[in-house]
Amino acid sequence: MQKFITLTSIAAPLDRANVDTDAIIPKQFLKSIKRSGFGVNLFDEWRYLDHGEVDMDNSKRPLNEKFVLNKPEYLGAKILLARENFGCGSSREHAPWALIDYGFRVIIAPSFADIVYNNCFKNGILPIVQDNNIVDELFVFKGEITINLEEQTITFAQHTYNFKIDTEGKRRLMEGLDDIELTLQHTDEIKAFEQQHFEKYPWL
Amino acid sequence: MQQTLYDKLMSTHIVCEEKGSTLIYIDRQLIHEVTSPQAFEGLEIAGRKPWRVQANLAVPEHNVPTTQRSLGVEGITDPVSKLQIQTLDKNCKKFGINEIPMNDIRQGIVHVVGPEQGATLPGMSVVCGDSHTSTHGALGALAFGIGTSEVEHVLATACLWQTKSKNFKIEVNGKLNPHVSAKDIALYIIGQIGTAGGTGYAIEFTGSTITALSVEGRMTLCNMAIEAGARVGLVAVDDKTIEYVKGRPLAPTGENWNKALAYWQTLHSDANARFDKTLCFQANNIKPQVTWGTSPEMVVAIDGRVPNPKNAKDSVQKTSWKNALDYIHLKADTKISEIKIDKVFIGSCTNSRIEDLRVAAGVLQGKRIADNIKLALVVPGSGLIKQKAEAEGLDKIFTDSGFEWREAGCSMCLAMNADKLEAGERCASTSNRNFENRQGQGSFTHLVSPYTAAKSAICGRLC
Repeated sequence: MQKFITLTSIAAPLDRANVDTDAIIPKQFLKSIKRSGFGVNLFDEWRYLDHGEVDMDNSKRPLNEKFVLNKPEYLGAKILLARENFGCGSSREHAPWALIDYGFRVIIAPSFADIVYNNCFKNGILPIVQDNNIVDELFVFKGEITINLEEQTITFAQHTYNFKIDTEGKRRLMEGLDDIELTLQHTDEIKAFEQQHFEKYPWL
Repeated sequence: MQQTLYDKLMSTHIVCEEKGSTLIYIDRQLIHEVTSPQAFEGLEIAGRKPWRVQANLAVPEHNVPTTQRSLGVEGITDPVSKLQIQTLDKNCKKFGINEIPMNDIRQGIVHVVGPEQGATLPGMSVVCGDSHTSTHGALGALAFGIGTSEVEHVLATACLWQTKSKNFKIEVNGKLNPHVSAKDIALYIIGQIGTAGGTGYAIEFTGSTITALSVEGRMTLCNMAIEAGARVGLVAVDDKTIEYVKGRPLAPTGENWNKALAYWQTLHSDANARFDKTLCFQANNIKPQVTWGTSPEMVVAIDGRVPNPKNAKDSVQKTSWKNALDYIHLKADTKISEIKIDKVFIGSCTNSRIEDLRVAAGVLQGKRIADNIKLALVVPGSGLIKQKAEAEGLDKIFTDSGFEWREAGCSMCLAMNADKLEAGERCASTSNRNFENRQGQGSFTHLVSPYTAAKSAICGRLC
């Protein structure tokens, strides 16, 4: 997994609340059995004017010029700004896969749905929960924003704001750690747990 | 210490704790074809094997066709769907995982099959790469949806890192009005607390109305906990739960049954357990519900009207409502009963169990669906439910009324197979999500109960 330390980038403002994972990556793209290549279909139904299917040549599809990611000023944005309850709905991890494949490393929103929030950490994306008034400011700000994970700060327009993050999630992002490897360091504890668990609940 | 049901279930599964994160043991993982290929791929690349292979049970469901099953996997016309199901079969074979294949009579929607087979039991920790795993909480199990990285993690370690959720008690008391079901309770609650109302919480549903629900009804309710933002929905174990579990193929027997029973009877919140949040609702305030927009929280009573954005509580809600009305082609203040529909879908992990089919058939008996209904589908939750319904003659009632009687699967809930809405089509659906394009590109979904779906099919409009 890619490490995350600091990042400076412009932000693409997606001004909608309750953006669901069906919108982030529509179901037809879930049929892939791979983990990569979802970026071109991120927000497919908002981003293109035609109906997208797997294996289409996306470079030839008509773009919805009004959609934020298609506006020239937001090309190359690595930060996505969103509104409340970002990523609600289906648990599909294809959503963070599509977000990171597109190039987003940070999502800033007043709130996230639980599953997507957790999935971001597993895929090298930093989800930042920030107060509504700061998110409002970011929505009107045009320019580069700097995120420093170690310091837990967002800096823009000469202002620096702090954000909160779970220490374990922060460590994993900063070190780019593989969860499974970490867990397997607890093998003895898992085995000891199993012994008492199945003794107590033999029907399991 | 007085504990909530959620606290009890969590503490029973703690392997160790580390800096605010808890490693919990997973007793059961349910697997389907959409969120598992990359997990198996990861396992293989790292040269790992499943930690406890018998903890896993797989079933294809999202992509399966609901017609022409006789040809098996070869009969699937969409090559991408076919590959995904073949990949599941191949992976299960390679890693030795128990799979209920597509043409097995027990095949169906994973959240229907799990409880039906006794693969999910009270007190178990249950995960699946699917957000509607909250369904299994109806049996007093700790059950929640996970992402594909976590599917791989559970395969490799039988454990998961979790942050403890807060406790949220939702109490519903009193007798339900006629024709109001668990689905209406779920939609009503989501309408009251919003789709983020339960975020960060495990919701326990209690109160006399919940106790009076069948286990199937409780599954409908817990299924939609995720639509209120809560990954976990729970109902305490009682005699109905035990009765439901007894005799299931994977349920314990003999001495183990007695041991299990003694334990399961402790699976309820203690009398003075502390909840971080509590809400109470009166059953008699709940009418049949229908969604009007593109989020499950955009819901009104069937005798109501489409709301007007000028009455929204703030600018964010106002924008959401306007976007929803634009998308769904409805005008503010329209009477719900004036909204014509094109298709009807009875099915999904929310409402495809035998009692759902009985209720719908009861409405349809001796009646015909309206002429403007282009397609009305019934998709049972599993092959066994289909078989049971046929033994009761329900299939005949459905087909006589103009419904199509299909094979088990997720079907038009998310339209990953051939069952979908065309652009501009409007559907009364017993599923769980009314997001934009969910049931087909440019289509419009109105979430309802099986009773309302059947009645609306006869009326040709929401009624």
